[in-house]
Amino acid sequence: MRVFWTLWKREVASAFYTPMAWVILFFLLLVTGFNFYAGVSVLNHGPTEVTVVESFFNTIFFWFAFLLLFPLLTMRLFSEEYRTGTIEPLMTAPVRDAQVVLAKFFGVLFLYCVLWIPTGLYFLIFWWQTRLQAAGAIGAYIGSYLLLLLMGAFYLSIGCFCSSLTRHQITAAVMTFCLVSLVFFASLLSFLSGSIGTLMRSVSISFSPIDQMTEFSRGLYDTRPIIWYLVMTGLFLFLTLQSFQSRRWR
Amino acid sequence: MGSSRQSGFLGALHGNLVGGRFLPFMIVVHGLTKSYGPTDAVRDLSFSVKRGEIVGFLGPNGAGKSTTMKILCGYLPADSGEVRIAGFDIFSNSIKARSRIGYLPENVPLYPEMRVGEYLAYRAALKGVRPRRIPEKVEDALELCNLRPVQRQLIGTLSKGYRQRVGLADALVNEPDILILDEPTIGLDPNQIRDIRNLIRSLASRHTILLSSHILSEVEMTCSRVMILNKGQIIASGTPSELRDRSGSSLSGAIRLELLAPEKTAQEKLRKVQGIASVNSLGMKGDWATLEILPSGGDPRVALFEEIVRQGWKLRELSAHEASLEEIFTSLVASASQTSSTTSSRS
Repeated sequence: MRVFWTLWKREVASAFYTPMAWVILFFLLLVTGFNFYAGVSVLNHGPTEVTVVESFFNTIFFWFAFLLLFPLLTMRLFSEEYRTGTIEPLMTAPVRDAQVVLAKFFGVLFLYCVLWIPTGLYFLIFWWQTRLQAAGAIGAYIGSYLLLLLMGAFYLSIGCFCSSLTRHQITAAVMTFCLVSLVFFASLLSFLSGSIGTLMRSVSISFSPIDQMTEFSRGLYDTRPIIWYLVMTGLFLFLTLQSFQSRRWR
Repeated sequence: MGSSRQSGFLGALHGNLVGGRFLPFMIVVHGLTKSYGPTDAVRDLSFSVKRGEIVGFLGPNGAGKSTTMKILCGYLPADSGEVRIAGFDIFSNSIKARSRIGYLPENVPLYPEMRVGEYLAYRAALKGVRPRRIPEKVEDALELCNLRPVQRQLIGTLSKGYRQRVGLADALVNEPDILILDEPTIGLDPNQIRDIRNLIRSLASRHTILLSSHILSEVEMTCSRVMILNKGQIIASGTPSELRDRSGSSLSGAIRLELLAPEKTAQEKLRKVQGIASVNSLGMKGDWATLEILPSGGDPRVALFEEIVRQGWKLRELSAHEASLEEIFTSLVASASQTSSTTSSRS
């Protein structure tokens, strides 16, 4: 466990030593800030059925920034160590492959959570200015951030996997973006053709992050997506470990 | 390859292992083979290193030095063969074996965004040094490798010499039994090379060291034993002086003489001395004749001196060029590749 924390601390620290984390944080806040402004200004045009939280977490700006996060956050994880060769001193120290994979994953997951913390300020400001709740109930906040965490864990594990495959960061980023987009937009299949069948349509809709967010940001939790994201995160971490270990027999 | 298995070659070597307390051999390699695709990087390599030895791996680029070292450190798997580090199998008991090794990889990859002291503390923690003891161990490593002036500097801003020393300090920080140093002086200037060499020699009392180099004089100066590798096989092994004896004539090249004597007579008389192949004149410096003498085998220096005394000539220089490891190495590698090419053409 001590080895894990040592590795984890270095992962988190190195993200903040380099400008990358700060640049990502800056642009994320820029985009979500504009998103928040847009959400609030909708209220000025008259009564709506959605709360600020619901509209905040379900706009094109929000999802766009969200999808771009994953390749940016994960591309360097393994690729950089392969390219600079630091993987060699790392793996000749008495550490296990699984410890390295988990430390990298939880390191980047922590960074991802840190990125979302400032967005909570928007809702605090909203409450301070208007004395109104931005969401229907406290559960809506928890639901929104819980789904963000679960989706983040899954997509970050995809990023880990892609980064463990190659020594080129750009290749890892492109692969991550493609895979994450594929998973994210899979639900749009149901719009493509009417011949897809009712069963497929209902399956694809239940995997739609947009629909899931609509529910969670109202405070309605569904256990199916929770399980789905946890299982898929585990699966991709397992794949990452396999690909990371493959350097031993490749 | 369980650790319980104590039979055959390795069993015999470890026969006197009593509860893991006494081990005569810190590194035991037997039948190691590793290939990258169709080319063999290491072919059926066997050797062992005793506690407290400094052993040098010598060989041209691509001889399999780095590959062997990476396998010994548990970074690369071998296709076949056994490796025991301080009694632990590197494949089946990798973590325990790895914790006994300090490894300096070629080109010393480091995290550029970390500071020197911070990096060493991180590495010490990773290698299982107890938290309370980390500051002390880092201090020791900084002191030993002369890194105090750059302790707070970012690694990315360090010069090559300092980076090399950070790598060495990293290898040392948990005081491992075994140091494996891959080209520790590559890319350094002569002063830095001397510093690192002295440092390595001073470490010998506490560690068993295996280092690689393609610079022969370096191995000759630091190592108590040399193994010459070519195409993944050991073609010669021994102390530098043993290797020199093995290559036959301990003299190579010419003997130079400066004599106060008539040039022609000197040439004639000396040619008759036993073991002389030819005598050439290199010209006169005032009254002094300069001669270059090629021996036909053996060492004719004493015979030459006796002849000069008998003639009553004055002598102000008699210098011979002793065969360096460099020449031994070149001849060994050349003869090894010759035999391999003849065997391959025969088959």
